[in-house]
Amino acid sequence: MAAKGWKEIPIGGTITEAGNAKEVKTGSWRVMRPIHDKNKCTSCMLCWLYCPDQAILQTQGHMDGINYDYCKGCGLCSSVCPAKAIEMKAETEFLE
Amino acid sequence: MPITMKELALEFDKKNPGITQGHRLCPGCGAPITAKFVLMVAKHLGYDPLVGVATGCLEVSTTIYPYTAWSIPYIHNAFENISATVSGVETASRALKKWGKIPQDKRHAFIAFGGDGGTYDIGLQSLSGAVERGHNFLYVLYDNEGYMNTGNQRSGSTPPGAQTTTAPVGKVIPGKPQLKKNIVEIIAAHENVYAATVSLSDPVDFFNKVEKGLNFQGPAFLAAMSPCVRFWRVPESDTVKIARLAVESNYWPLYEVEKGVYRVTRKPKSFKPVEEFLKSQGRFRPLLSRPDADKIVGELQAYVDARWERLLALEEATKDKPIRK
Repeated sequence: MAAKGWKEIPIGGTITEAGNAKEVKTGSWRVMRPIHDKNKCTSCMLCWLYCPDQAILQTQGHMDGINYDYCKGCGLCSSVCPAKAIEMKAETEFLE
Repeated sequence: MPITMKELALEFDKKNPGITQGHRLCPGCGAPITAKFVLMVAKHLGYDPLVGVATGCLEVSTTIYPYTAWSIPYIHNAFENISATVSGVETASRALKKWGKIPQDKRHAFIAFGGDGGTYDIGLQSLSGAVERGHNFLYVLYDNEGYMNTGNQRSGSTPPGAQTTTAPVGKVIPGKPQLKKNIVEIIAAHENVYAATVSLSDPVDFFNKVEKGLNFQGPAFLAAMSPCVRFWRVPESDTVKIARLAVESNYWPLYEVEKGVYRVTRKPKSFKPVEEFLKSQGRFRPLLSRPDADKIVGELQAYVDARWERLLALEEATKDKPIRK
C-alpha cells in the first residue's frame, strides 16, 4: 500500500477498484491475539457471524482458523464462543 | 422459512457480503456487524444491494481515500440527505427499467445506512420525506447513542444520564437530562411503512426483520442496537454482551410495526433491572457515583416499564387492524 503521487491518481480521485480496502492489513492493530483450539471448536459459526472484520476463515460451515492479516484482536469471537475454543493471548508473547 | 445462520455460513464462506475486510472501524465495533448482517440477508434473498451511507463512523472508516471497503455499488451523502439520495437512486432505477436500460426482472435492494446522529437528528426530515413518498427502500439505523465519530457528543438518541462531552455529568447536572427519542414510533407514524427494532444479540430475529423489510412493498426502517465500544466505555469484546443486556433489561424492546399493526417479537417472562445495563458501561459510571443516582435510575426504570406496558397494550389494540391497506 505505497502512497501514490498526484500524477498517478485517476482524474477526479476516483477509486477504480471496488473493495480495495482489503489491501489494508488491519492486523497490525492487534494487541491481543485470538488462538483457535481445533479440538474444542464445534464449528457453530458464531465467531464467523459476529467478527466485525470478517477475519474468521471457514469452509462450508467448518471453522478453519483466524485470518491474522485482518484480525484487530477485539476478542469478540472469544466472548461469543460457547465452547471456549478461542483464547486471547497478548501479542507480546509472540515476539521473536 | 426463516433464514438460519447455517445457510448464510454455507453461502458466504468465500463470497463477500458487500463490505470487505480492511475497513478502519474500531476493533469490536457494532456497525460493520450490522452492515454485514443486512447485506448477507439481501444477497441471500437474491437481491443486488445498492448502498447509501450517511456521514458517520461507518462512512468515514470504510472509505478512507484511496480505499473503499464496499464491493457493491455505494453512494455517500451528507448527514441530512441520505434518504433523499437513496430515494433518488430508487426512482432512477424505476425510470431505467421503464426505458429498458436495465432488465425488468433485476431485483435491486436499496439500502441506506445511517447512524443515530444522521437519523434521529440531522437526517430526520429527509427520512420522513422519503418514507412519506413511499419509496421502496430499507433504512438501517445503527444506533450507538451519540455522535461517536466526532468524539462522543450527545444526540437525540443518547440515554439520560450518559456521560457525553456536550452533556457531561457534573456537580449540578446529571448528564443528559432528557429521555431518548422514540424513533421507531416516529417512523411508524408515517403509516405506510414497516418499522422494527433489532439487536445484534438476536441474529435470527435480525435476519427475519431484514427479510420482511426488504420484501415489504414500500419503505422499511430498522433500528439496530449497535454498541460503541469506545464511548460506551466497555471492553472491545463485549459488543454482543452489551447488546444482549440491552434487550434482556428491556432497555431495547424487540418489536415491529407494520402499517400500524404492532407485534412484540420477544416476550420473555421477566426482565433484568435496567440498572444492570447501566452498570455494565463506563459512560454511566459518573452518574452512578452521584448521590441522586437511585432517583435517576428509578425514573428510567419507570419509563422502561411504562413503555413495555404500552407496547403490549398497543399490540393487543392494533391486532389485525392495519391503518392502511
